[in-house]
Amino acid sequence: MRVYLEGIGLCGPGLDGWAASLPILAGAQDYIEGPTRVPVSTLLPPNERRRAVQTVKIALAVGAESFAGAGRDPAQTASVFASSGGDGETIDEIMKVLASANRELSPTRFHNSVHNASSGYWGIANGAQAPSSSLCCHDGSFAAGFLEAAVQALTEQRTVVLIAYDVCYPAPLSLARPIGGAFGVALVLSPEYLDSALACLEWRLDPESAASVMAAPGLEALRKKIPAARCLPLLAVLAKAAAAEVTLEYLDDLALTLEVTPLTGGAA
Amino acid sequence: MMKPLAIRNFSLVTSLGAGRAASIAALRAGTSGLAPCTSDLLPFFTHTGEVPGLEDNPITGALAGFDCRNNRLALMALEQDGFLDSVAAARARYGAARIGVFAGTSTSGLRQTEQAYRNRDAAGALPKNFDYDRTHNTYSVARLVRSVCGLSGPAFVVSTACAATAKVYASAARFIAAGICDAAIVGGADTLCATTLNGFFALGVMAEEPCRPYDANRRGISIGEAAGFFLLERPGPRDGEETVFFSGAGESADAYHMSSPHPEGEGAKLAMERALAAAGLEPGEIDYINLHGTATKMGDSAEDHAVFSLFGDATPCSSSKGFAGHTLGASGAVEAAFCALAIQHGFVPGSPHTRELDSTLRSQYVIQGRPARIDVAMSNSFGFGGSNCSLLFRRAA
Repeated sequence: MRVYLEGIGLCGPGLDGWAASLPILAGAQDYIEGPTRVPVSTLLPPNERRRAVQTVKIALAVGAESFAGAGRDPAQTASVFASSGGDGETIDEIMKVLASANRELSPTRFHNSVHNASSGYWGIANGAQAPSSSLCCHDGSFAAGFLEAAVQALTEQRTVVLIAYDVCYPAPLSLARPIGGAFGVALVLSPEYLDSALACLEWRLDPESAASVMAAPGLEALRKKIPAARCLPLLAVLAKAAAAEVTLEYLDDLALTLEVTPLTGGAA
Repeated sequence: MMKPLAIRNFSLVTSLGAGRAASIAALRAGTSGLAPCTSDLLPFFTHTGEVPGLEDNPITGALAGFDCRNNRLALMALEQDGFLDSVAAARARYGAARIGVFAGTSTSGLRQTEQAYRNRDAAGALPKNFDYDRTHNTYSVARLVRSVCGLSGPAFVVSTACAATAKVYASAARFIAAGICDAAIVGGADTLCATTLNGFFALGVMAEEPCRPYDANRRGISIGEAAGFFLLERPGPRDGEETVFFSGAGESADAYHMSSPHPEGEGAKLAMERALAAAGLEPGEIDYINLHGTATKMGDSAEDHAVFSLFGDATPCSSSKGFAGHTLGASGAVEAAFCALAIQHGFVPGSPHTRELDSTLRSQYVIQGRPARIDVAMSNSFGFGGSNCSLLFRRAA
């Protein structure tokens, strides 16, 4: 099954956007792990921007970046959000309040605790009434999100943006569920070929292959410690702009394999 | 246009009871499952739709790591109505890798984490036996279903607040249409927990009394817990007179506010229009609408705007929240089941606790249930973040 990739957004530890990360992912420049610097999104009004939690900020930032080159209107584009756990700070804060004598929750904290908070803010920010879903598949959340987005593109014949992200839980949840940093990625996927397409992705569910690994130890560590970063082998192939097959982690007994063919839109 | 899918079997557990028969009896008689909440989870009075018996039925053996209220409820639903036998038969027909699992939840096993935080040790650490992956993590309910049913096809959880177990239908239909699956289990579970009870209280939308959808004096929601699962496959020789088809889904986003609906129900209307288009049906062909109808002032009014703009007052509709409460992430599955039962058993469900209709609402709201032939039913589910989904079900024949 085939989709065309029209835009990419990226934000991770030491990965400041897709363009700046290209030489690192292509292996031409060393990866140096640093903080995740989330660009300030102008999509939300200032008061909403202040209240927005980290997952929302990352989702909006990579989402906006992915549309910059895609020539699509986010208001008319269906969206799929994927995260292994939602907003860690929000969950921890709610759990602490509920375990205390005063169980009064903040209404804003509560609505930010839903798994689809980023989807809600994305819709408000872009005026997007197009269908939007929010998925979770533990460590395989990126692959699950890709599947849903690619299947939507194919069966509904519509462009879909996939926005996958993860952030850390604070202690004590971080010990039960260690997530090693904040990371977000967005891909604009279309069923139809346009001259501006960056790559053609032929994908299949794959019960045989093991997940591809990153050559650089730092990037491989990143891939392993943040679920959303399980997409890195795909990004590395895209950065190298050479045709290749890559397998991404999904479930224990099922992986996602993609044959990537770079297209001229990538060279432009 | 979507190709219809046959519901080969379905099961559900709500405060009305475990299994389809308990729901049919309650829906026909107008019996509510709402009762004063006796839980120590909350510092205020309210009614809830609690499922009895979950405390005494831990998950043991190989699946013990999944043990939490949400998964107990999910497992209880899987074990009703011969559902697991139907799945086994489908597995024999198609192979384990060809059956997808698309589950929904909003709470997942969060109640387990609430308890773990209350039991932190002196250093602030969570108890050692706390199993985040198989209880708290939003994916855990799909993982449980996949394990119990011995399946190896694609799986994920949709978590779009109160529209979650409606949207899984749309995902399953697409995966089957794409040829990735031959059958799919859809559904999910949501359980009473301190987060949702205190959260909705903080938003000021919880009623003390049992909720009264569309009532002039409605005062907010009653929260319930539930689980329900459906086995979907392409229509075929196994279809009989009682088979119900899932014939279309419509999804939309409000793009308006995180926790309030668009006042004119713009997103709700879009979802219903898209569902009708997907099923190739006209509003006049719908015999019954199961409303989202949570009994908040704004929510009911917004949905009524949307329903009236499409259907006028020609189509009987009611909310089931007075029966089983607002089961949040499970409400899509519960109300899909109620629609299927209405079609199979020939009745329009009423609306327990609703006494005096709000005269400003204009749709044809049914307070007193009645026997009626239902060929096509619509179910509405709307959630936080402006997530909307309408589903259409129709008689196979």
